[in-house]
Amino acid sequence: MTSSAMATARSASVSAAANDPLTNVQLKYRSQAVAKPYFVAAIGLFVGQIVFGLIMGLQYVIGDFLFPAIPFNVARMVHTNLLIVWLLFGFMGAGYFLIPEESERELHSPKLALLTFWVFLVAGALTIVGYLAVPYATLAQMTGNDLLPTMGREFLEQPTITKIGIVLVALSFLFNLSMTVLKGRKTSISMVMMLGLWGLAIFFLFSFYNPDNLVLDKYFWWWVVHLWVEGVWELIMGAMLAFVLVKVTGIDREIIEKWLYVIIAMTLISGIIGTGHHYFWIGAPAYWQVWGSVFSALEPIPFFMMTLFAFNVVNKRRREHPNKAAVLWALGTGVMAFLGAGVWGFLHTLAPVNYLTHGTQITASHGHMAFYGAYAMVVMTMISYTMPLMRGREANSNAAQVVEMWSFWLMTVAMVFITLFLTAAGILQVWMQRMGDTPLSFMATQDKIAFFYWLRELSGVVFFIGLLLYIVSFFVRGNERASA
Amino acid sequence: MSASFTKSTARNIFYGGAVFFFLLFVALTLDTVQALPKRDNRANLTEQVARGKKLWEVNNCIGCHTLLGEGAYFAPELGNVYQRRGPEFIKAWIKAQPTGAPGRRQMPNFHLNDAELDDLVAFLKYSSEINTNNWPPNIEG
Repeated sequence: MTSSAMATARSASVSAAANDPLTNVQLKYRSQAVAKPYFVAAIGLFVGQIVFGLIMGLQYVIGDFLFPAIPFNVARMVHTNLLIVWLLFGFMGAGYFLIPEESERELHSPKLALLTFWVFLVAGALTIVGYLAVPYATLAQMTGNDLLPTMGREFLEQPTITKIGIVLVALSFLFNLSMTVLKGRKTSISMVMMLGLWGLAIFFLFSFYNPDNLVLDKYFWWWVVHLWVEGVWELIMGAMLAFVLVKVTGIDREIIEKWLYVIIAMTLISGIIGTGHHYFWIGAPAYWQVWGSVFSALEPIPFFMMTLFAFNVVNKRRREHPNKAAVLWALGTGVMAFLGAGVWGFLHTLAPVNYLTHGTQITASHGHMAFYGAYAMVVMTMISYTMPLMRGREANSNAAQVVEMWSFWLMTVAMVFITLFLTAAGILQVWMQRMGDTPLSFMATQDKIAFFYWLRELSGVVFFIGLLLYIVSFFVRGNERASA
Repeated sequence: MSASFTKSTARNIFYGGAVFFFLLFVALTLDTVQALPKRDNRANLTEQVARGKKLWEVNNCIGCHTLLGEGAYFAPELGNVYQRRGPEFIKAWIKAQPTGAPGRRQMPNFHLNDAELDDLVAFLKYSSEINTNNWPPNIEG
């Protein structure tokens, strides 16, 4: 046999082994493999999210594009809900992989994890189909929104029955993981992960509170939205990042876990009262302008520490992990989370600034880079590290990693440009619509800044190309490393 | 980080800080809830307003518009539309949608009857009278 034929044969036996969790030597615990369908679903839904993002981006400049088939509000609901759902799939996949390894035992019930996966996927798909197939008011009627009205609020558009489904899925997931942790080794990383995930489930319960009083409605709506993304999700993010960094750097766990605690301490110390930066103009007392400004101005600190942390431990690494792509994602999420959530958040968080920028494209620019930098990227960090292991190899081939790194740069640079163009649009919007003696109307302003929306859409196309390349990277073959 | 600063110190700061600031947040929330009756226009929160809010929700208005600056940024702020346009204009506008003007942003027709239009306008009027610390900066929203 020639050496290339031997390599092919070896590679074939490696992938055959990968398909059989029983013989996969890369996984410490067989049940970790349940993470795989979660990650596959997450990536699939991510593609859907970007397709609808591109549709909306075009509707910003060609107003009647796809109208009346897909009105803007429907496209936006699909775009944002798919984001939330794919990130949740990512967190769940991360939980199913991370918790058994940290706990040093098999998952309590892999069967329940798979059942939960299918329930969540089908419920999510039906909800999206519902958004697209019937008018929203019809969907509300069909799903009995009158019995417990929770629909029609930003990001919480899901029918009430879907929300109940999400709670049940979360409970099943948390039960499974908690049983695993309780019976196994308890590490700081697994404790922080569980605290974040339980917090996610608990704060979601506020989505069922929808009083007629608009101020109370908005006030407690933020207990879901803010306390998720600027609170408990950062715990999940920190735990995921710490887990991957322990693995790829070989740095002493004590050091990494100390960093983790300091980071998440700063997250909650700044972020909980930082909720106040949403309470400036919705009817809450004026003192929130002080509390909100001061504490949310501290919110970049934990993100900056995350960047320091990632670079520090990678620089001091004690081993050369063959998965370079995973290291790149880990470093990237630190930097981009700091820029998107930290810097772009701070940009408009002080009350006197926010008075002018509230509800403009400035908000949209921050939202895009923060979600990508913090949450999309940390999920891709986890996928990048774990997927090769679940496929029976320590790392992907060099060729596959090169493609993955190209996708990293395309998506990340495109997101920087999306953010910059939206920021430019936002500054002009504030200037024309809210400053000066003869302010323009909303729509007149939108016409004048259309150029920047075109540039944003082009950047979005580049992002989409990056995402397609990301998917391609999973299918690039080459000489795969079967062992360390 | 220095070796004298141990992991258990970091953990204690985390748990202590989280509990302290969450309790502070709850205390501020209690104070806010007590202050709201003077600010949130609840005196005018009628059955009609509640019906209007339901219509606002089940037609997903927030998917294009902002209300007190929150929502989507595709269509105008509606927290002060009652002052900007007045009730009759609002109703006529909603009934006239979509405009069908080529290339322009389109609002769907939600097939609201006259009573529902009145409910929605009542909700927008109530929203416009919430004390928002003088936001938005001007009538254009």
